[in-house]
Amino acid sequence: MELKDLYEKFRDPKTIKALAKEIEKEASKLNRDINIMEVCGGHTHTIMKYGLLQLLPKNINFIHGPGCPVCIMPKERIDHAYILSLKENVILCTLGDMIKVPGSYGSLQNARSRGADVRFVYSPLDVLKIAKENPNKKVIFFAIGFETTTPMTAALLQNVINLNLKNVLFHINHVTVPEVMRELIDSRDEHIDSYNNQIDAFLGPSHVSVIAGSKIYEEFPQKYSRPVVVAGFEPVDVMEGVLMIVRQFLKEEIKVEIQYKRSVTRDGNKRAWEMIERYFKKRDLFKWRGLGNIPKSAWQLKDEFERFDTEKIYELPKEEIEDHKLCICGDILRGMAKPTECQVFGSACTPSKPLGSCMVSSEGACAAYYKYGNLI
Amino acid sequence: MQKVITLSMGNGGLENRELLKKFVFRHLGNSFLKDAEDGTVLGEIENLVFTTDSFTINPIFFKGGDIGKLSVAGACNDLAMMGSEPKFLSLSFIIEEGFSLRDFERILRSMKKELSVNGAVVVTGDTKVVPKGACDKIYINVSAIGNRLANFSQKNIKEGDKVLLSGDIARHGATIFASREGIELENEIESDCRSLWPIVKALIDEKIFVKALRDATRGGVAAVLNEWAKDENLCFEIEEAKVNISLEVKGICEILGFEPFVLANEGTFVCVVDRKDEKRTLEILKSFNENASIIGEVTKEYMGRVILKTEWKTRRFLDMPSGEILPRIC
Amino acid sequence: MCLSIPSKVVSIDKDKCTAVVDTLGVKREVGIDFIADEVKVGDFVLIHIGYAMNIIDEEYAKESIELYKEIIEKMEREERLSGGGSENGT
Repeated sequence: MELKDLYEKFRDPKTIKALAKEIEKEASKLNRDINIMEVCGGHTHTIMKYGLLQLLPKNINFIHGPGCPVCIMPKERIDHAYILSLKENVILCTLGDMIKVPGSYGSLQNARSRGADVRFVYSPLDVLKIAKENPNKKVIFFAIGFETTTPMTAALLQNVINLNLKNVLFHINHVTVPEVMRELIDSRDEHIDSYNNQIDAFLGPSHVSVIAGSKIYEEFPQKYSRPVVVAGFEPVDVMEGVLMIVRQFLKEEIKVEIQYKRSVTRDGNKRAWEMIERYFKKRDLFKWRGLGNIPKSAWQLKDEFERFDTEKIYELPKEEIEDHKLCICGDILRGMAKPTECQVFGSACTPSKPLGSCMVSSEGACAAYYKYGNLI
Repeated sequence: MQKVITLSMGNGGLENRELLKKFVFRHLGNSFLKDAEDGTVLGEIENLVFTTDSFTINPIFFKGGDIGKLSVAGACNDLAMMGSEPKFLSLSFIIEEGFSLRDFERILRSMKKELSVNGAVVVTGDTKVVPKGACDKIYINVSAIGNRLANFSQKNIKEGDKVLLSGDIARHGATIFASREGIELENEIESDCRSLWPIVKALIDEKIFVKALRDATRGGVAAVLNEWAKDENLCFEIEEAKVNISLEVKGICEILGFEPFVLANEGTFVCVVDRKDEKRTLEILKSFNENASIIGEVTKEYMGRVILKTEWKTRRFLDMPSGEILPRIC
Repeated sequence: MCLSIPSKVVSIDKDKCTAVVDTLGVKREVGIDFIADEVKVGDFVLIHIGYAMNIIDEEYAKESIELYKEIIEKMEREERLSGGGSENGT
């Protein structure tokens, strides 16, 4: 097998077409709709980019989940990044899209125009290089991401400790997937919402599962009767994942299945998980923008590493900030509304001037709809 | 003489004259420059077209070119895209104190080569030197005058016209991102930086019914098509599979999470022709670059928008790029 | 949240705990902290923000590819039986 097979064969047009036909055939035997929540922003991106919705029968719907670590970042924490970046002798580093998200004062991009040294890095390892080249500056890593990315921040901290670097600090915003999935199901079942949307099944995130293993989803079939199929990111993976969900409904079997067998196992990457647990502990509560406080859904540095924790070292504002009145990102993140149903979608709220984070990150449901939508 | 550019070399005095004589005129000299005083007399030009461009690229030397080649090609290409033969250039340098003279010479040599590809000459110019830190190594402004031989304009584009690309896309943008500090990649990728006048001249000579041309620089192919779509209230329907993207560019875009359609090109253009000339146009384009292709057509499907059709018959919009191009993490 | 790219391991540096990987012709250095004991040259790995996350199971990948081949053949058979395909596959 060649490397390009791992790309081409999972994007092959004929395979996509054949899977679409299978799905149509099987779904026609169902006497119901199935609403699948794709938790992960990467899946939203694939569905939009490849126009997969146009290939699926009418009784299969996608609800776009909160799987975008930039989208769920509360304004007050973006403000932390802004404030930290403008402090003297600070270099603030973060990953990609985070730079564009607006907080109360503006985005990190705005802070940069005001003189802040803000740099986006492709890897936490770049932070080491920056720290070594700037010994007189404090290099703060604003860490974001789900379970996929958390071990890498832990590895960075390990390197910082081993190399005895004194000028690297962290602001940890890592979050976890099962807890937010549970929050959506639990809060949903208590709602009678006007759109009658309900999450019937989950398309599980690809790479969160590589790290954490598929075992983290087992409570969903067991306690909530929701099937979970862990699918890869390529269009063939997503289509096969949908087919597997449809078949579960037909056979009336509800379980966790792995479509992405080439990379996901039940146990995940033990070494990566150990790394996370060595340096981090769970926060009691963490606010997710649009969803409110979710227990045990985020990580923070363990007490013995508080000397690296900017939240312990600096005075950072703790008040919660409300979203813009007209922003319905919360409903969109819960899958209770589609971006097109938002009053300000495409008018006051666009990718270049976003009101809510669903529009800012290209993983956000609104940005994806704005870029790729209308032809759906 | 010194090994680096000093402040005095920008002062108009002795050191400045020496710099011009030993470097600028040595490589770029011609009769216009020789006779020039404060200004240069050009005489009459029939269908005069005028353009200007500034270049601040970092890194200044990259695989496939450098800021010198880029500045001449860039300005001359603007003229070529208007169906104009590049003729006379002005050249302004703003140089940081301490810039290596060897690098300066390298840049001048590149410019000389590129000028001859276009058949153009530098007829006037200026050199300023600023203190260390006041600019990033070297900035170049080129203004160029051309003689319009054909009437290319986006206003000519009509429903039914065919859209072609003169080569594979995103090479320049991908090369620059790949070689910037902070991303260490070893790879074979090279910018597509090149002068386009020879190709345009061939299209004119062969009497191809060209409607409009534009090189897909900042904002890439997405920007060109969207600007045309919006300005002329038309729809461009593009077949994704027909757009050639090299494996190396695909690799970089995969790794960094970029869309090739929004990355810059410096030697590749979008070409709209009357549908009866689509095959002949392709032949001519392919004779310069085997990766040229017919990528789509102009319709009225969704006015003002660009539609991408995938290989499995689904469609999506290709939007105008906005904001800083940032890599995806998800 | 997981842009991760399959790449092939070209060389390994055990001391630095890194490997050089090839992604469609682009080579770069990545951290192998999470797969150091098992990784071999020639393995396919998933890269996320500068680190290799896991080793891709080639057997499962091949199994999937085989399965897709069968699904395509089944579709093409059915199209022939129902009087030719409705549209050209390419």
